[in-house]
Amino acid sequence: MSRNREIPEVNAGSMADIAFLLLIFFLVTTAIETDMGLLRKLPSKEQETPIVEINERNVFRVNLNKRNQLLVEEAILNITDLKAATISFLDNGGVLTDCSYCEGLRLATSSDSPKEAIITFSSDREASYGNYIQVQNELTAAYNELRNRESLRLYGVEYLKMVKTYSSAKVSLEEKLILEERINRIRQLYPLRISEAETTFKS
Amino acid sequence: MIKSRKKGNNVPGISTASLPDIVFMLLFFFMTVTSIKDYELLVENKLPSATELQKLENKDQIIEMYIGKPTYELASVLGTEPRIQLNTRIIGVSEIGDYVLSELFKKPEEIRNLVTVSLKIDQDVQVGIVSDIKEELRKINLLKVSYTVNEKIVENH
Repeated sequence: MSRNREIPEVNAGSMADIAFLLLIFFLVTTAIETDMGLLRKLPSKEQETPIVEINERNVFRVNLNKRNQLLVEEAILNITDLKAATISFLDNGGVLTDCSYCEGLRLATSSDSPKEAIITFSSDREASYGNYIQVQNELTAAYNELRNRESLRLYGVEYLKMVKTYSSAKVSLEEKLILEERINRIRQLYPLRISEAETTFKS
Repeated sequence: MIKSRKKGNNVPGISTASLPDIVFMLLFFFMTVTSIKDYELLVENKLPSATELQKLENKDQIIEMYIGKPTYELASVLGTEPRIQLNTRIIGVSEIGDYVLSELFKKPEEIRNLVTVSLKIDQDVQVGIVSDIKEELRKINLLKVSYTVNEKIVENH
């Protein structure tokens, strides 16, 4: 019996070709998922919506019409100016109300404090979604900038950075609790109040 | 001629023995970071871009919905009005509630209240259909939505 005969080595030259083939197959059939977006919470339908009376000065009306024009407080505004306009509205700070952290102009026609300010955003059914997202983005940007500023002042860290570290897995539990408290505090100071509901105005 | 051939013979060939290893490494990399497309897109989906983004963390807590005009090949069958695609099906606005609920019940019970609906909406769609969808989602009390968009590269001035 010729058992001891040496086994010939398997030729591995085509291994690279096979691996390349697999690689290309996976490149074609898969997709790198990038799920990033603007998160929003819709108003619940189960609770009865109470009729809330809001002072006119605390309402910031943003409207997108069917020609994709932006109307802010009944005047046409360029989308690039929306962020600044929103910030000056939110950060106004009334004279009588205690808003020590506001740095606005304290106008009598603008909001009392960010806690009471409401942005109502209505858009025409024929407006395009791209513009709608742009408006939403600018409004969010205004809030984020104010929150960042406040967070830097109070804790020396940007708000968005805190949120990022909070959601990462590397943070220990104690740090998480501190972060959570800080994030909630900032959110209380600048609550995101964008309403897309029908608003009626008492004459 | 002869000289150059002689010279060529002297150069040792590059060993390709490690090539399979390298390629396999690439292969495994792509296998881990990507996910298999489970279905083909039936609607156009050119997402708008924005800057203030939040990342959706867990893939299993997401229900995806695509809204857009039917693709060019399907336009003859489905028309040119924007349609909603959930998984492999094209559904109407009034059916959203049922289909999204059935998707929701496929998820494990513990994470059901964490589920976010990721709305992947073409930028040319009109807002009307979007607000209809949101209204349907409110009816089934699924309130967390994300307007999924692309990241905009900000130019520094």
